[in-house]
Amino acid sequence: MSNRIDVKKTYKLYINGAFPRTESGRTYEVKSAKGAFIANPCLASRKDLRDAVVAARAAHAGWNKATAYNRGQILYRIAEMLEGRRAQFVDEIMQVTGVTKIKAEKEVTDSVDRLVWYAGWTDKIASFAGSTNPVAGPFYNFTIPESMGVVAAIAPETPSLLGFIDVVAPIIASGNTVVILASTKAPLSAMTFAEVLATSDLPNGVINILTGKKEEIAPWMASHMDIDALDISGLPAKLHAETKVAGAENLKRIHSFKSADPGRIIAFMEAKTVWHPIGL
Amino acid sequence: MNFYGLVDGSEASLKSYLNQLSGVDQVGAEARAAMLATRSIKTSSKRWAIDTAITMVDLTTLEGADTPGKVKALCTKAVRPDPTDTTVPSVGAVCVYNDMVSVARTHLDLIGGQHVPVAAVSTAFPSGRASMAVKIQDTQDAIDAGAAEIDMVIDRGAFLAGHYIEVFNEIVQIKQVCGDKAHLKVIFETGELVTYDNVRKASFLAMAAGADFIKTSTGKVAPAATPPVVLVMLEAVRDFYEMTNTRIGVKPAGGIRTTKDAIKQLVLVNETVGPDWLNPKLFRIGASALLNDLLMQRMKLDEGYYSSPQYVTMD
Repeated sequence: MSNRIDVKKTYKLYINGAFPRTESGRTYEVKSAKGAFIANPCLASRKDLRDAVVAARAAHAGWNKATAYNRGQILYRIAEMLEGRRAQFVDEIMQVTGVTKIKAEKEVTDSVDRLVWYAGWTDKIASFAGSTNPVAGPFYNFTIPESMGVVAAIAPETPSLLGFIDVVAPIIASGNTVVILASTKAPLSAMTFAEVLATSDLPNGVINILTGKKEEIAPWMASHMDIDALDISGLPAKLHAETKVAGAENLKRIHSFKSADPGRIIAFMEAKTVWHPIGL
Repeated sequence: MNFYGLVDGSEASLKSYLNQLSGVDQVGAEARAAMLATRSIKTSSKRWAIDTAITMVDLTTLEGADTPGKVKALCTKAVRPDPTDTTVPSVGAVCVYNDMVSVARTHLDLIGGQHVPVAAVSTAFPSGRASMAVKIQDTQDAIDAGAAEIDMVIDRGAFLAGHYIEVFNEIVQIKQVCGDKAHLKVIFETGELVTYDNVRKASFLAMAAGADFIKTSTGKVAPAATPPVVLVMLEAVRDFYEMTNTRIGVKPAGGIRTTKDAIKQLVLVNETVGPDWLNPKLFRIGASALLNDLLMQRMKLDEGYYSSPQYVTMD
């Protein structure tokens, strides 16, 4: 009896707090595990990457200056928002990957918990990774880790939500801003996560999300001179060597990880040493 | 003075000259400027456009906090915008406040920048609110200090009140001070003129009064050099050329920050007045941040990867 036409969501990019289409106008098909059509997300181009880097660079000063406590609160807020939309994420994960409801629910629960875990690290990482150093003179000598700037990242194919959060959360925890390419085959959770970010008090441009092909975007990430570091956890191993060569021009720090680890936060920080005279 | 035979210097003749101007089709001008802005300029054409735009930049610093050191640094950048690449041309001019002209001229001569002229903003820039005697002295000072180009502001208050003859006489007197020592650019501050009709009227008024260039804005008021405003001014210049066979230059200034913006301006010039105007003698772009973006785009074309603001100077 119902003649109503379904209202389907258009999956777009997330750049500088807005949801633009790719400038290239291209899309690609995402299919379910059984091969049924699900959505047409954007196939981002290098120019979308360029625009996202401009947004990330502009956002860095403010995000880096925010107190660690404040960054932790915002990460916690993201976890709250994610929790509130649990059903939608469970649904999308099941649809795309074909896993059971129990498995999908576990992934979302783990994602929320992981965000809370990284939120806790924001104001502890400086004392965990920093140090006071004994020196032969009337000085206090501190080594303090600071954020690097703009980090580009490639999220792993699976798990599409938890893997994405494991890449993005440690990068922004220390005050970096990020441009991340989501899972190619399962980008839905990342794009819905953008809607979570848009309602989480996260300043515009701190997280920018692209969808598209790794082999197309990764070389531009590696060679871009305004990107300070690169997380290639989601890049196929055969592309690691050439990416590292391309990133050498501006001495990009390039890392890849397999599990959740405070080392992921430290990897995208830079140690600065300060000498301060005693008695002043 | 014969003012191209268009005006005899009396208020009546100026009024009848301005009254015969046709109005501007606002919707049409905005649509045409928007249409021309969609042109895509790539590869070798883009390369040419970037280098041409660099030669047209009036590299500008007009801050209360300008120091001699900052002006000198700006001059160094004007002569060789990219110290690592000798194929980058010098910019069109350095544009500074009156009291910085001698600092700029001396430094340019010292570092082999004799070919780069110094432009001075004049006549109580940016408001234009001062007596005529002060404005004339202001201009004279700049020329004495070595300015080869004078960017004067018009009295917008008089213009908006309909006292066109006051504005006309002001330009005529400043032109006399400039003589053949300095080029005269007349700034309208289009953001304060409100309508395109006023922009067209101000353009014809300034051109008849002896302006060598007409310039959109001071850079202190927004909106500044929007594409439709520049289009209206270019059309005025084209019509004036048909009437008098004299080529007047155009200088958009303010709000042009990216290579894309600059290339849009070049497209407007080419499509409105033709390639004769694609020349720093007849088209300039008043800007400061634009030059860095042009250099970064040039590096991208040369090196094949995106550059970073860390590889160009901060000012």
